[in-house]
Amino acid sequence: MSPSEGLRTVLVANRGEIALRVVRACRDLGVRSVAVYSDADADAAHVRHADAAVHVGKSSATRSYLNVAALLAAARESGADAVHPGYGFLSENADFAGAVADAGLTWVGPDAAVIARMGDKATARATAEAAGVPVVPGSGVVGSTDEAVVAAQEVGYPVLVKASAGGGGRGIRPAADDDELRRVVDEARREAAAAFGSDAVYVERALQRPKHVEVQVLADRHGGVVHVGERDCSLQRRRQKLVEEAPAPGLEPTLRERMCTAAVDLAREVGYVGAGTVEFLVEDGEFFFIEMNTRIQVEHPVTELVTGVDLVVEQLLVAGGRPLSFSQDDVVVRGSAVEFRVNAEDTDDDFLPTPGEITALELPGGPGVRVDTALAVGDAIPPFYDSMVAKLAVWGPDRATALARARRALAEYRVVGVPTTLRLHRRLVDEPALVDGTHDITTLEGLIG
Amino acid sequence: MAHTITAKTPGVFYRKPSPDAEPYVADGATVAEGDVIGLIEVMKTFREVKADAAGTVATWHVADEDEVSIGQELVELDT
Repeated sequence: MSPSEGLRTVLVANRGEIALRVVRACRDLGVRSVAVYSDADADAAHVRHADAAVHVGKSSATRSYLNVAALLAAARESGADAVHPGYGFLSENADFAGAVADAGLTWVGPDAAVIARMGDKATARATAEAAGVPVVPGSGVVGSTDEAVVAAQEVGYPVLVKASAGGGGRGIRPAADDDELRRVVDEARREAAAAFGSDAVYVERALQRPKHVEVQVLADRHGGVVHVGERDCSLQRRRQKLVEEAPAPGLEPTLRERMCTAAVDLAREVGYVGAGTVEFLVEDGEFFFIEMNTRIQVEHPVTELVTGVDLVVEQLLVAGGRPLSFSQDDVVVRGSAVEFRVNAEDTDDDFLPTPGEITALELPGGPGVRVDTALAVGDAIPPFYDSMVAKLAVWGPDRATALARARRALAEYRVVGVPTTLRLHRRLVDEPALVDGTHDITTLEGLIG
Repeated sequence: MAHTITAKTPGVFYRKPSPDAEPYVADGATVAEGDVIGLIEVMKTFREVKADAAGTVATWHVADEDEVSIGQELVELDT
């Protein structure tokens, strides 16, 4: 089959709400979807709604959704011609992307080499600089503690020591001065080696109260690269996003334009294909590249709500060799959208993850409300995977209306059986800093301690 | 006397702090109350499993990386 004919059967190498999201996009396009599932997920919604399903292993993720051989076998056995990795699991694993391509299948995402290049933070930084995209002042990989101290003095304290191979907010340590830096560098290297298999670390200036603003890009195999606007994801706890919105409130229009252009430039520079996100920190009218995520993002619905673009459908179309179905001029941001991550976590007990059974469930509805979840009453939330079990995304013609609808939806939303972050969200939606849009990446931790 | 340590949470049980490391406790080793004897991974977070009695490691009821349910017997100590 030539790629221009499009995809026929997509293996969805994921679980939960994002697997269901991809299954739905396949259905909308008339493409056959094949789910995979572990022991724990035999009756899961993504399995029920897909056209076919293949068992890939025991419940633990390493034996199922992270098992490359089992996933490739499932693709072969089901006659799939493409693999969509979702987010998390193997979605940013260049080896898996390469193995999929070597098996003669289409990877729904950028080429393995691009994933590898952007997945290594130090290389990604260098790539961004080469593309003329501003980066947080910082060093290359530092080989010794002394080198780290010299680098930190150059970029200016306070600094962050970051694992080059790190991600998801892990492998990052702050240091306020030389003494503290000397203490944390060795720790950081040991931790990086254990967590990521590489002890390469670098030093970066720690911004004080930045906002996290990221730009969604889409690219096809015909040279088409567009941005689909930005998202503000500043409400974070321990660098895990909890609330996201589009567009970013209070972002100066010329700054927005420069950031979106920078994201497109970077995507073009690396030969990007598919959906990707370029993440920036914004402080005092300046923006700095932090990383690029080479996959669909958890918070993609807010972009879909304000632009009307179906990002997952576009992923599938461009993976099948089609050009993007719209041009940059067609992208119009309308209204405002905010997303709340519903995590099975006890916010009163240090956000301890709480597996368990959903004994009752009431989903919100009405104008502007979208819920992405794979959970139903009677379902068990297994202990083996991520604690994020649902996303509530709310749109309004303006930000105040979006927040008012969010208040209404959060009040309606009821999950019984396990504690969730819903209770915290009901409080956050009334927080002055969120209401007036002045929140930054330190706001949430300031509120919850 | 024997004492059995059970899982306080469901998840994946690990006998080692990381894949290449030595086990927290070797077979036949002596543990004090409060010693870490393993980890249980719950939704990407790791919780330490501590000995709730002193004794000698006698019989493992689970293997490294086994899926465990709440209350499941992990290891038997001779006390």
